[in-house]
Amino acid sequence: MKRTSLKLSIAALALSAAGAMPVLADKASDTLNVAFTKELENVDSYFNSSREGVVMQRAVWDGLIYRDPVTNEYKGNLAESWSWIDDTTLEFKLRQGITFHNGEVFNADDVVYTVNFVADEKSGVKTQRNVNWMKSAEKIDDYTVRIHLKEKFPAAIEFLSGPVSMYPNEYYAEAGPSGMGLKPVGTGPYKVTEVIPGQHFKLEKNENYHDSPKGQPTISKIDIRTIPDVNTQIAELFSGSLDMIWQTPADQAEKLAQMGNFTVANESTMRVGYLAMDAAGRSSMDPNPFTDVRVRRAVNHAIDRKAIVDNLLKGSSKVINTPCFPSQFGCQEDKAVSYDYDPEKAKALLAEAGYPDGFKTEFYAYRNRDYAEAIASYLNAVGIDTDFKMLQYSALRELNMKGEVPLSFMTWGSYSINDASAMVSQFFKHGSLDDARDDQALADLTVADSSTNPDERIEYYGKAINRITDQAFWAPMFSYNTNYVFKTDVDYQPTPDEVLRFTTMKWK
Amino acid sequence: MLQFILKRLGLAILVAITVSFISFSLLFLSGDPAAALAGETASGEDIEALRRLYGFDRPMLVQYFDWLASALRGDFGESYYFKLPVAGLIFDRLEVTMLLGVCGISFALLVAVPLGVAAAMRPNSIIDRLALFMSVAGQALPSFWFGLILIVVFAIKLGWLPPSGTTSWQNFVMPTIVLGYYAMPAIMRLTRAGMLEVLNSDYIRTARAKGASEVRVMFKHALRNAIIPVVSLAAVQMGFMLGGSIVVESIFALHGAGYLAWESIARNDLPTVQALILIFSMFYIVFTFLADVLNAWLDPRMRSS
Repeated sequence: MKRTSLKLSIAALALSAAGAMPVLADKASDTLNVAFTKELENVDSYFNSSREGVVMQRAVWDGLIYRDPVTNEYKGNLAESWSWIDDTTLEFKLRQGITFHNGEVFNADDVVYTVNFVADEKSGVKTQRNVNWMKSAEKIDDYTVRIHLKEKFPAAIEFLSGPVSMYPNEYYAEAGPSGMGLKPVGTGPYKVTEVIPGQHFKLEKNENYHDSPKGQPTISKIDIRTIPDVNTQIAELFSGSLDMIWQTPADQAEKLAQMGNFTVANESTMRVGYLAMDAAGRSSMDPNPFTDVRVRRAVNHAIDRKAIVDNLLKGSSKVINTPCFPSQFGCQEDKAVSYDYDPEKAKALLAEAGYPDGFKTEFYAYRNRDYAEAIASYLNAVGIDTDFKMLQYSALRELNMKGEVPLSFMTWGSYSINDASAMVSQFFKHGSLDDARDDQALADLTVADSSTNPDERIEYYGKAINRITDQAFWAPMFSYNTNYVFKTDVDYQPTPDEVLRFTTMKWK
Repeated sequence: MLQFILKRLGLAILVAITVSFISFSLLFLSGDPAAALAGETASGEDIEALRRLYGFDRPMLVQYFDWLASALRGDFGESYYFKLPVAGLIFDRLEVTMLLGVCGISFALLVAVPLGVAAAMRPNSIIDRLALFMSVAGQALPSFWFGLILIVVFAIKLGWLPPSGTTSWQNFVMPTIVLGYYAMPAIMRLTRAGMLEVLNSDYIRTARAKGASEVRVMFKHALRNAIIPVVSLAAVQMGFMLGGSIVVESIFALHGAGYLAWESIARNDLPTVQALILIFSMFYIVFTFLADVLNAWLDPRMRSS
């Protein structure tokens, strides 16, 4: 009996051997092999919230507008031009002669359908913030379309050049998000030829790609596999079956760089790490030292952020003083009050606030245990005794929304939106994650978020940043970075927004 | 006999339901499912909208029985994460896991049983020492490390095998060794101990006295009795391999059911986790049941009891 089962398993092995052999692809076969670390849930960009999804979105679809990642200049992509009709209406002249990958012609109907679908809350778009500022779209003629906003929203152009991409109306009406996820159809520089959900994605150059500011794709095929283990990714790179990996940890990237066979590029990302403090006194801690501004300033002075950046994050990470990422519109570093590393001053501030011997607090984190532990040791050194707890993101978020977290190490990636509203306004407008609940910050941000006058926006973001940093509601820490490792025959210049752009990749 | 089987089957189903209920409660305790679902970039309003959409605001018991009722009709629902039917998602990945499990346990038995027999035949010989060394090493080597060492040697240095993926049979060689190696020590030790005990018994002496050949004594008389506990152990190991090959699946990028379970827990993808737990518990139950039947076949005394 045992022998029969053995025969069966040998037969199973032999059968699978008849399947396709791995294709070792590289420059010779004009196929770029890339690894994803995380399983992408759905290729439909409105129904995922991961970095991998953004990468796919930029390759497969186009937006009406495009932002040059280097100069930050807005250019027409599917739209030739646009103009504000009034504070809440944008009109677009669409480019003619563009077809989707399935042959469907791109026109105003597609824009109207896409906008009306994603703006409807019932459609269930995953990141509502990306789309919920739009009310509807209206067709003027075949190549003219208007988008109506719910209210004044100056960051509209930024969102239209980012997460809002245009879908083919006829196909999407039939396929829906699940169908689009399995057989994606767009106008982008690459078309999808195969999807194994979460595991494997194959892209092919769109030969008919329109004259887009994204540029023309040169590499014929992109083969993306999900390989969860970083060490395995590196092994694949060594054995020649991968051409590029990214998000590689700093210590491994350093070693790969020393080998000489690979190009290691490091770029900053928009992700900012910060300490959130319960300034509003929502947690059950009693007495709550964080309601005292002197204690919050002491926390800011206690941590040697430069040492953490130099020793742990490395690369192009920087010390951050603002409650936003400095490249974001409105995020002005000179308006921020910065706190240098001064443990003596921190101790003095604590003593002044009535804690000469420090105090004990719970300290939460959900990622980068090593960074959080470094922060905790700096806090311990000035007398803030931390009871460190590492939680799953969802569990910490739940606690945070209930206001039960006195001190936590958090991060925010702004979804690659290059506008301060994507960060500072998310946390200081009395939402469920607002630990400060400061009326002045709310007032300033409300003006900044809704003004259509750029100068006024800059002025009020400046005021809000000054208020938030002066009151030390947060202790901003550092920006993150990403390592890109690729074979020396790949030519690629990564951008600071952590998006892989296949279109700008070439063989040397 | 039929009544006995039915009784056992009923019990097994109750066990499966209990397991699924406990895991359902644990998942709710581990974090807000709506927050996990919405992801890091979502705002408070996004999370509230999802909570209403998926009915997380209802009492947990109501949600559980809702799930159970559909599951009994064969409808495991849609994965929150992938937005695809759970049944199809799991079916695709189970194929990889099953193939890996069958290969792994076959490899383990094929190496460990002969080694155990050989060690028992010559206690304290070189072979016995070697077997002991292997079992100690097998228990001490963490599979993520062993897997990476194999990759370094066979994929990078020698270039014989692909490091990861599922495109050909070659992809399964290293995972089979790593997964099987982990199960080997226990199987080998048990075979050796069983054989040693049996070889000293009266009926073996009788068999030898009758003039039966050594091969016949070993395999017909001794192994058949010594293997009984090994069969039960192999069944449990098989269940473990199908549900617990997370590390191996992750290192070799195999995308099997174990890795899906692990990731789905982190993503609070309740329908997927629930269906997988039910399937994994069914595996344990079925394999234990099959082991009992196999043992009854090997040892007629067990049939009557």
